Amino acid sequence: MDDQQAKDPRIGRSGQPTHMPIELGKIREFARAIKDNNPIYFDESYAKREAGGVMPPPTFTMTQAFWDEPASRIDHGLDMRRVLHGEQEFEYLRPIHAGDTLTAKARISNVEKRPGKRGGEMTLVTLETEYKNQRGEVCLYARSTIIETAKAVEKKD
Amino acid sequence: MTVNKLYFENVKEGDEMPRFEVKSLTRTDIVKYAGASGDFNPIHHDQTFAEAARYPTVFAHGMLNAGFVSKCLTDYVGRPSLKRFKVRFTSQVWPGDTITCGGKVTKKYQAEGENRIEGELFAKNQKGETVIQGSFVAALPSRQ
Repeated sequence: MDDQQAKDPRIGRSGQPTHMPIELGKIREFARAIKDNNPIYFDESYAKREAGGVMPPPTFTMTQAFWDEPASRIDHGLDMRRVLHGEQEFEYLRPIHAGDTLTAKARISNVEKRPGKRGGEMTLVTLETEYKNQRGEVCLYARSTIIETAKAVEKKD
Repeated sequence: MTVNKLYFENVKEGDEMPRFEVKSLTRTDIVKYAGASGDFNPIHHDQTFAEAARYPTVFAHGMLNAGFVSKCLTDYVGRPSLKRFKVRFTSQVWPGDTITCGGKVTKKYQAEGENRIEGELFAKNQKGETVIQGSFVAALPSRQ
């Protein structure tokens, strides 16, 4: 990482925490949308036996959009018309079950600039969200890398 | 659905997980994911908006395709065993596309008192183009 990147003022910016109840009905809806019929999402007695309760699918925290307030969002200064989702990573530290309430806190963990494929410069912003349960235990980290594609290089006559 | 339990003793490096296929993705599938996830970026459901943004039509959320990959993965390792799941989006998925998800075990080892496996994941369309590249780590139960 060079000096210019280390100094990007966006790194470390964070949003207000979001409280997110993990709901049985929402888990079913989400599991159906990703065509996943695993009984761990649908059958409470099976899930209790196998995992201590119904668990959300691995990517379920994407539903946080329903709980975010404007103050939880972070200003990343990107032009949303040119933004693509580049990468997504989840690290599972402790099990999450239906009935838990998570507290999510997001921050910008990295900003990188790279040459664009068709000239210009693209910007990669990584948002890291930490999820704690109602006992204050960290259960999950989600890291999302979004890419602002390069502006088309204008032709100079 | 019946669930097979994967034990550490039954896995070896190079093992491939059973594939999961989504035949001919529909606009309804995409809209269902928009509703379930709360991601209502119009590029995924509004034809007029998509055309104005110079796309031929709407396309699936990357995270819908990632959800299909996660289904393939958790059917194999078991949901409670999953420790890490990572995806990189390499291409769009369009209505009518057939998506095949799969992956394989690349490493089997013990660390921090756990029986771990690591592996690669993919999703491809009907032309064989990769739409997702991914990786995972899981901690498996032992028969002992």
